[in-house]
Amino acid sequence: MVKNDTYAFQVEQITYKYNNQIALKDISLTVRAGERIAILGANGSGKSTLLKILDALYFPQSGKVCAFGEALTEAALQDEARAFALRRRVGLVFQDPDVQLFSPTVWDEVTFAPLHLGLPKTEVIERAEWAMDLLNITKLRDRAPHRLSGGEKKKVALASVLSLRPDVWLLDEPTASLDPRSQSRLLDFIGELSKEGKTIITATHDLDIVEEIADRVVMFCEEHEITSDGAPRELLADYDRLIECNLIHEHRHKHDGAEHAHHHLHPVAHEHQH
Amino acid sequence: MPSSPFYWSIKLRHKSARGFFEKTLNDITGALEQTLFAEEIARRDGLLQSLDPRAKLVGALALLIAISASRNLIVILALYALTLPVAYASRVPMGFYLKRVWVFMPLFTGVVALPALFSPFSPGAPVVTLIDLASPRVYLAITEPGVITAAFLLLRVGASVSMAVLLVLTTRWTTLLKALRVLRVPQAFVLILGMTYRYIYVLLHAVNNMFLARQSRVVGRVASADHRRWLAASMGALFAKSYALSDDVYLAMQSRGFRGEAQVMETLTWRAVDWVWLAVFVAVAAMAIILGH
Repeated sequence: MVKNDTYAFQVEQITYKYNNQIALKDISLTVRAGERIAILGANGSGKSTLLKILDALYFPQSGKVCAFGEALTEAALQDEARAFALRRRVGLVFQDPDVQLFSPTVWDEVTFAPLHLGLPKTEVIERAEWAMDLLNITKLRDRAPHRLSGGEKKKVALASVLSLRPDVWLLDEPTASLDPRSQSRLLDFIGELSKEGKTIITATHDLDIVEEIADRVVMFCEEHEITSDGAPRELLADYDRLIECNLIHEHRHKHDGAEHAHHHLHPVAHEHQH
Repeated sequence: MPSSPFYWSIKLRHKSARGFFEKTLNDITGALEQTLFAEEIARRDGLLQSLDPRAKLVGALALLIAISASRNLIVILALYALTLPVAYASRVPMGFYLKRVWVFMPLFTGVVALPALFSPFSPGAPVVTLIDLASPRVYLAITEPGVITAAFLLLRVGASVSMAVLLVLTTRWTTLLKALRVLRVPQAFVLILGMTYRYIYVLLHAVNNMFLARQSRVVGRVASADHRRWLAASMGALFAKSYALSDDVYLAMQSRGFRGEAQVMETLTWRAVDWVWLAVFVAVAAMAIILGH
């Protein structure tokens, strides 16, 4: 494996099982620094597990993972300096904000990462205030997470990672259960991160957002393997593959009494000619 | 927000409560409502709300010690009476405040204090003689020492609970937890308490939704055996859910640098007025101890 910073991640033939149940099977993937990647797959295909492995929260039973040229193993992460170096560079936004927001107030949440990663207190405050200002949540500072709306929770979850200023963002189903306005703001936010040259890896099954958030798509099939890796336009046009991976479905409906069927893929508006 | 489960659960409260099922649902909703109301009081612009929680916590502790140490009923009564103008100045609804202490307290403390009233437990001059038979000798009376003992117990508990209620009602739970640090409570303990409070809401909402989902599919009367079976199953489901949640939360903490040692940013600010009020609380407590000795 190449020992430099050109690659954010190098994943070689990893397999991960939860209690003998396979979650990832023989996965290989290389992510260059600054890339925008969408990991597409149906529920349970292994997307979230892969993100947790990239964030060194899970360790695969076989295969090898490197982040910035350094091997990610349980033993390596025992070393505090190495663990902190990784955690400062990689931020994971969990799908469920209730999992991500475990602190009593928004302020505690946003300061949690810089504080626990050993930054000086003045910098912790500066970063937290900056992140809250950027996401326009300064007014929520003293609120408890249970008093926030779904959109607000998502913003706080993003701020809690933003205060880390990571080079790599791992986003797990970021648009799940967001209203249209919050969703559009989130996409703008991801766009801003991308302009700054951050590496962004988004796990999703929301095909509507893929072209906006990614230049490359890695598609998982229901057998927990990678089936395709390529440009979004090309892969989103491969209907057979999308159906096989359970990302689109055959849609039947009636127009003027005549039954009509087509693949259901929302980003491409379909013309009806009857 | 008619679509939120919270709204519908409030609506359900107005229906007549039928059996255990609805009662549980109402209790869960009531718990949620009450905590939201208590937090609203803590945000009001009142006397105690304006003080640093550390001043209130140490002050309340000093007064609690005074209540326990005082051997004079008048002094304890005076300490309790002092909480009333303070509660008023802190914009705590008086009816709510009095009810919260005096409605439930006699049920629990009253039961404990009850036997102390009677002659077998507190011998002495009778206030009211209930039974006095010569043969066989049976004597039961409410005695003077008994009344004094029961009054001490009730007043002490009432005054102490009032102080605690006032502290909790006027201080947001999160800042109260931070204030515990002045008492040298370990950081890990404060973190666990904070997380417990945080996730009680998530789990309460989960329970509420489970009950509502069940209720929406039930028509007519259901046998209580079925209720029990369902309840056992939901308890299991909730346990599994909370277990999975705790795993994920730990991962989320690790992801942001947690390595077993909790740290919290100090956000409390101590002002001159906090010194003044702390001095007042401690002086009152000291006076009560001296006068009540």
